[in-house]
Amino acid sequence: MADALYGYSFGMAGRIGDDIWGERTPYSAGESWPVRVDLHLVDGLTVDDVDSWVPSACLLSTNGCGLDIAVKDGRMVGVRGRAEDRINHGRLGPKGLYGWQGQLRDRLTRPLIRNGKGFIEASWDEAMDLITGISRELLERKGPLSHGFYTSGQLMLEEYYTLSVIGKAGIGTPHMDGNTRLCTATAAAALKESFGADGQPGSYADLDVCDTLFCFGHNVASTQTVLWARILDRLAGPDSPRLVAVDPRLTAVARAAEIHLAPKPGTNLALVNGMLQQLIANDWVDHDYIEQHTKGFDELAAIVANYPPERVAEICGVPAWDVAAAAEIFGPSSQPVSTVLQGFYQSHQATAASVAVNNMHLLRGMIGRPGATVFQMNGQPTSQNNRETGSDGDLPGFRNWENEEHIKALAEMWDVDPIVIPHWAEPTHAMQIFRYAEQGSINFLWIAGTNPAVSLPELSRIREILAQDSLFVVVNDGYLTETTAFADVVLPTALWGEKTGTFTNTDRTVHLSERAVAPPGESRSDLEIWLDYARRMGFTDRSGRPLPPWDTPEEAFNAWRECSRGRPCDYTGLSYDKLRGAPGIQWPCTEEAPDGTDRLYVDHHFMTDHERCETYGHDLTTGASVTAIDHAASRYDGRAWLRAADWMPPPEAPDESYPMSLMTGRTVYHFHTRTKTGRAPELNAAAPEPWVELATSDAADLGISDGDLVRVESRRGEVEVPARCDGNRPGTVFLPFHYGDPETAANDLTPTSWDAVSKQPTFKSGAVRLARSEGGD
Amino acid sequence: MHLSSYLGLLETGCATLAKSYRQVAEGHAEEADVKRMCEQFASQCDHHEEQLRPFTKRYGSHPSGEPERLHADGLSKTRSGGLGLLCDLHDLYLLASYLDMAWTLVGQAAKGARDQELIQTVEKCAKETEAQQKWLMTRLKAAAPQALLVAD
Repeated sequence: MADALYGYSFGMAGRIGDDIWGERTPYSAGESWPVRVDLHLVDGLTVDDVDSWVPSACLLSTNGCGLDIAVKDGRMVGVRGRAEDRINHGRLGPKGLYGWQGQLRDRLTRPLIRNGKGFIEASWDEAMDLITGISRELLERKGPLSHGFYTSGQLMLEEYYTLSVIGKAGIGTPHMDGNTRLCTATAAAALKESFGADGQPGSYADLDVCDTLFCFGHNVASTQTVLWARILDRLAGPDSPRLVAVDPRLTAVARAAEIHLAPKPGTNLALVNGMLQQLIANDWVDHDYIEQHTKGFDELAAIVANYPPERVAEICGVPAWDVAAAAEIFGPSSQPVSTVLQGFYQSHQATAASVAVNNMHLLRGMIGRPGATVFQMNGQPTSQNNRETGSDGDLPGFRNWENEEHIKALAEMWDVDPIVIPHWAEPTHAMQIFRYAEQGSINFLWIAGTNPAVSLPELSRIREILAQDSLFVVVNDGYLTETTAFADVVLPTALWGEKTGTFTNTDRTVHLSERAVAPPGESRSDLEIWLDYARRMGFTDRSGRPLPPWDTPEEAFNAWRECSRGRPCDYTGLSYDKLRGAPGIQWPCTEEAPDGTDRLYVDHHFMTDHERCETYGHDLTTGASVTAIDHAASRYDGRAWLRAADWMPPPEAPDESYPMSLMTGRTVYHFHTRTKTGRAPELNAAAPEPWVELATSDAADLGISDGDLVRVESRRGEVEVPARCDGNRPGTVFLPFHYGDPETAANDLTPTSWDAVSKQPTFKSGAVRLARSEGGD
Repeated sequence: MHLSSYLGLLETGCATLAKSYRQVAEGHAEEADVKRMCEQFASQCDHHEEQLRPFTKRYGSHPSGEPERLHADGLSKTRSGGLGLLCDLHDLYLLASYLDMAWTLVGQAAKGARDQELIQTVEKCAKETEAQQKWLMTRLKAAAPQALLVAD
């Protein structure tokens, strides 16, 4: 049926409301996922009216769906999913279809310089002179530690790598991180701790064959709608996988699941320890695999032995038989896939709990072959590239800051003295960068493509930090935002489709996105801006050549390719020519693997060799570094690291004054702080205002009905929003984090706290109280 | 027999360290990770002290011959700012190291006394004390350049 294969949306808003995931195209295990092409054109245009289609990929979820941008008369007029793309087979989600329209409104067109409480427009020369003047003065007076960079999960690989070289080799500051810290840091940490290096082991193709699917704190139906469509199509087909969901909320995933475990917030680790206990107690483990390919089993077994289902039930507030039943599904499965996301990453003991999911797969040898893998999912569309290129608290190419040989390799490549590259400690994480700014030791903060005045925890504090006189704030953005309100200089940037670059999704699929239209006014890409900064600052390598030596996106990509050589994220087999119009290619892509690589660790040799690993590991409870000597002595030699930790009660548990647990999260219609999606008519109409979700039983106790205005209060602040009563776990409260108005911003309530290992803020934590607002009828 | 002296030293040492951790947690509450980890370590020290009780009953803990200078002094008050944090964590590190060695020495005596229970208790507590030191070391190393080079 041709009709079933095309999801056009002329005028009427497809992918909204009941139609988020589109029509079902069922398929069975091992078949190719059927194609369904989704299309949206504005102004009643038809396909015939379009001048050109420019290949790209969606930049509004970590799925990275392949699409073509429709261009007419030099402007974007629509998007169409690419049928041949390996990620989406033509489909697009609500944000993919409509979100780009937000780029057509309210754009900045000229640099702005602060003038009292407002801004005045300036030329690029004036703005850049001001920036470089302050930067140079600070570098001379205080040195590189006075500078910090806080970037994004939506820039291009080429931009991240360029900034990484400028920061690490030009300036030499360890204070570089991205908002990727908020969404994806635990994915990276969990992969590093178990397997020795970052790098998603599996492939989306694994979902086409799996017999079992566990979603741990992963509301895939909202965060990656097209991936959920793929799963729904498997569930609707013959031999569908068995589905288990772990989430305190009654999400679409939870509704579709055979078993829904809704643990108390802050207890994920106890729950997965319970799963591990059951796997071992029932001997659902592969002893040969453990012996040959892992280390640490005895210690893990000793720890998880203390988590029988009855104790887990007591800690997590879930039925003991559900824990046992979930283990009974995972235990005998032959092709299990597990996915992990924010429900784990932004919660108490994030890394330890996510590593525990890796352990479920390692105990059974369920990794590195079709249908058997774990996904530590990413949060933002290009967060993977920030991790790879190291402008986010990692080193480029997943190199190890404690390994002098790795530093030397970077120094040789960049032709700088190794001592310039900060590597005396782990690069500074975002929350610590803001703390240094608060204390006045960082005085120059360059923010790009992100909105910390909405997205960081405890916003009253963040606003105060950004407003400090001691801090000079530069912001690259396409719009005025809650953050630009605090900027000293705002630089207008080219956005997606207005510049050329590559980016990589959560299953290592690389797409090239070429400039389709010109950016508005005088906007420039972040790449151009940072290269201009570097040139004006006069950064050079030891031979006196400009640093970085490249000028164009493609040259930056080619330099990155060399940087990735021989590392897990090897791009040496990729080029712009090869990526142009390709269906998405997964790294590592090399001369030996010219078509890319489906899955990592097929030989079950992990990245834990002392010389090659990205990290020597951390204590999962405290975050203390394992020393190089201890790591070397342990001789992991390619064996995965089975690591376990005990559950501990979360720091701010509900009490008499604040009796409910707070969780923040996302809606399917918005991306991050809504700078784009809030300006897309269909998306804004679908979710114009924030709300609070609470359990129906709690609502009844508090005398709250659907739609009532409710005051939600934590020790840090309060918001007033309408109530939605639903089937979430009693005792929990959910607020969407996208809305930045101080009256309604969820992050006014969240605590300043982060995971000990990944340093990801624990947005799903803290206690609140609720009351129906006076006069809220 | 002087094992009792060292058990007394451990007992007092655990209490002193717990108190010092709490002091730093409170004095540096604006360092969210320091606050949380120090609170966690303080409870751990309380627990270590409790676990010593059966042995102080068995061997005694405060015999007359215990020299006063066996005890390490706890933190008197916390200092402020980046440098203050560095100094306070440094002091905690010294206290934890002092205690760590005391665990080692009591562990040696436990082996000599063939006291299986004490051996196991010491092993567990010493491991946790070592983990505390490792965290302090990691945090100190990361904080030092900022505190010593650019902090006000």
